[in-house]
Amino acid sequence: MQLFDPQAQKSELIPVLNVHESEVQRQMSICNACRYCEGFCAVFPAMTRRLEFTQADIHYLANLCHNCGACLHACQYAAPHAFDVNVPKAMAKVRLDTYAEYAWPRALGRLYQRNGLTLALASGFGLVLFLCLTLLAMGNLFTPMPGGNFYGIFPHNTLALMFGAVFGFAVIALGLGVRRFWRDVSPPAAGAGLKTAAALEASASVARLRYLDGGHGEGCNNADDRFTLWRRRFHHLTFYGFLLCLAATGTATLYHYLLGLAAPYPVLSLPVLLGIAGGLGLLAGPAGLLYLNLRRNPNHGDAGQKPMDRGFIALLMLVSASGLALLAWRETSALGLLLAVHLGLVMAFFLTMPYSKFAHGIFRSAALLKHAIEKRQPNPINAGSD
Amino acid sequence: MIDVLVIGGGNAALCAALMAREAGASVMLLEAAPKAWRGGNSQHTRNLRCMHDAPQDVLVDAYPEEEYWQDLLKVTGGLTNEKLARIAIRASSSCRDWMRSHGVHFQPPLSGALHVARTNAFFMGGGKALVNAYFRSAERLGVQVRYNAQVCDIELQDGRFVAAHLPAREAEGQQLPAERIQAKACVLAAGGFESNREWLREAWGQNARGEWPSDNFLIRGTRFNTGILIKRMGELGADIIGDPTQAHMVAIDARAPLYDGGICTRIDCVSLGVVVNRDGERFYDEGEDFWPKRYAIWGRLVAGQPGQQAYSIIDQQAIGRFMPPVFPGTTANSLTELARKLGLPEAPFCQTIEAFNNACQVGTFDHTALDDCHTAGLTPAKTHWARPLVKPPFYAYPLKPGVTFTYLGLATDESAAVHFAGKPSPNLFVAGEMMAGNVLGKGYTAGIGMAIGTAFGRIAGVQAAASAGFVDNREARHAAV
Repeated sequence: MQLFDPQAQKSELIPVLNVHESEVQRQMSICNACRYCEGFCAVFPAMTRRLEFTQADIHYLANLCHNCGACLHACQYAAPHAFDVNVPKAMAKVRLDTYAEYAWPRALGRLYQRNGLTLALASGFGLVLFLCLTLLAMGNLFTPMPGGNFYGIFPHNTLALMFGAVFGFAVIALGLGVRRFWRDVSPPAAGAGLKTAAALEASASVARLRYLDGGHGEGCNNADDRFTLWRRRFHHLTFYGFLLCLAATGTATLYHYLLGLAAPYPVLSLPVLLGIAGGLGLLAGPAGLLYLNLRRNPNHGDAGQKPMDRGFIALLMLVSASGLALLAWRETSALGLLLAVHLGLVMAFFLTMPYSKFAHGIFRSAALLKHAIEKRQPNPINAGSD
Repeated sequence: MIDVLVIGGGNAALCAALMAREAGASVMLLEAAPKAWRGGNSQHTRNLRCMHDAPQDVLVDAYPEEEYWQDLLKVTGGLTNEKLARIAIRASSSCRDWMRSHGVHFQPPLSGALHVARTNAFFMGGGKALVNAYFRSAERLGVQVRYNAQVCDIELQDGRFVAAHLPAREAEGQQLPAERIQAKACVLAAGGFESNREWLREAWGQNARGEWPSDNFLIRGTRFNTGILIKRMGELGADIIGDPTQAHMVAIDARAPLYDGGICTRIDCVSLGVVVNRDGERFYDEGEDFWPKRYAIWGRLVAGQPGQQAYSIIDQQAIGRFMPPVFPGTTANSLTELARKLGLPEAPFCQTIEAFNNACQVGTFDHTALDDCHTAGLTPAKTHWARPLVKPPFYAYPLKPGVTFTYLGLATDESAAVHFAGKPSPNLFVAGEMMAGNVLGKGYTAGIGMAIGTAFGRIAGVQAAASAGFVDNREARHAAV
């Protein structure tokens, strides 16, 4: 994988493009002279606002691309044409470079190089940590707790401190990374009203996954030139499943501190219901995404990123499956083991958030916001409309 | 035996196959290209010129039949068949729902193409997306599609189609035997002959300079349009129409690939600067009319120049005002440097530009109108958008003729039947580029090729199915109304 050479950036006024960026620049010069794909997504309308593609433009466009595949199947210049245009693939390669380049701290960006391994090691670490802690606390992994009271194994404050710290670090790291990305792609200055409208539109594009609809509502491509809405649906299950799980945790926190109600909560309580719904979404969504990923056209995106994608999907499924299992068997002697496994996996997930596929949502949202801002301003290039 | 055999794999062939299948006929489609190159020139198209009397989804305002017809009359200089032209025009007003039902999506005009927002409906994703949608639909409906199947001969009996012949061939590493494919009816929609270098050479001949001009032509579309069946049908006595040198021919970037350069190789800055030939001399009014109305004459103009080469020259003032070219221009900070870089004779080139600059009259530059910036006392004149080329850097783009498609084809009538000595065949039909010359004797207007291909592809499909005994009830009801 080609990462940026920071030395080169310092010595040059205009950053030198690496091989992945040069490829995007080459392809965008072809696309900008063709423009047939303008209706599919935001990348091509954004492209037409430029005649030349700087490094910042390329980073921005790469993160705007949703890898839906529509432009590849519609491309008259795709291989076997000598131009060999494959925008989803070229964008995917730069996208991964940007995750690594903008990661904070920067040294940890290297974790993207072998991301499947990163996730596996993090999971192993989380599991070993909590299995050992359980053994230390209880002497064995199979102590039943009356009523499934897991705080009997790990006190509330211990868990809140450990997970709060790791989650807080992840949020800060992601925030610092995306802030640097935002500064580099330097969105145009705009008034507050415009920014609000743009933020609303970008949020809607994220919430609805607007650019996986193909521009015509029939969806994106997966195995071939047919359109499918299933990728969008499975991603919705995953994304909203994740949000419901966060909401479950958030509600539980409110119950604990505001209402003085301590966990474990009954199955029909709000935190548990939210957790069950979220967990099911986070099980079905990633399962569907994995199914589609295994059947994905090999020309879509960057084959080298499959371990990152599948590793992340697997971790999500393990987190949700272990969470649901914990709920199901919390009143048995399996509680200790299941709790250790679930906590270990959640810890691995939080730890790797800034260095895993998770980051794609943050960077893409930023790119969508920039697009929503700039599209509200006059096109600096009105080529051909004279 | 198959009911309807369709020979070709572009828009017209697919329209014919889908219509015949919808009428109930069993259909086989033979595409000469491998799957990756399927779709003929249709994969490079982007829109359909549509008649409409009121705003329609992506089309603004109205484009009535008469205006459409007058536009066609003007570009063809009268070399058209009014009856067939009006059939294509009327069909363009009603075919889009059918196209949508087979998965084609339309979108508002692309940026840089707003001038056709009224007249042309754009395919979302372009022609390859349309071709993909039609192939998907055809396969879903049970049309047998065969790739790597270039028909080399047609077997006839008294003007009736009997069978098509495929030669023994190698395809994707496999040795395939010769085949004889019989069918009750057949549609020929295998494209023009623009990719047949020998035929182009024969048609264009040798010029006074001893050059074979067509040797320097680039083909904007598919390499599979070799015109084998046009030639073969001519030998078999089918009526041929058109002049073999007539074609849609554009000046494109000389660095474009020999085939399939498509849309992106166009050079859109001609009207913003000057064009010189290999000797550094201008040869035509670059500002005669709006570029979209003139780009299709520049292919022939460049074909007439020595070496079939020319250079579009602009200065900094033009940057950002035209669609970005796919290859970067040659840049220089002075005219002599530019001439040197291009290998043009420096003195004549600089004299040409100086003479042009001195002849430019002061006016109000407006590229959106036929403005008053013109030259005085210069031959040839530049009648609009003439601004002195004085602001470096200067840019040059090399031009060569690019052939989109040829107009020589089979004579036909409103039933799309192939004719033999004026008599229509009962079961052999023709559509697309193979008969577009009936409507387009010369000239071109954006989206007309797809309009003709769609209209006559659909007619040929219905007629072929009917001659095989399948009458589409919907069509019959239509006719009854």
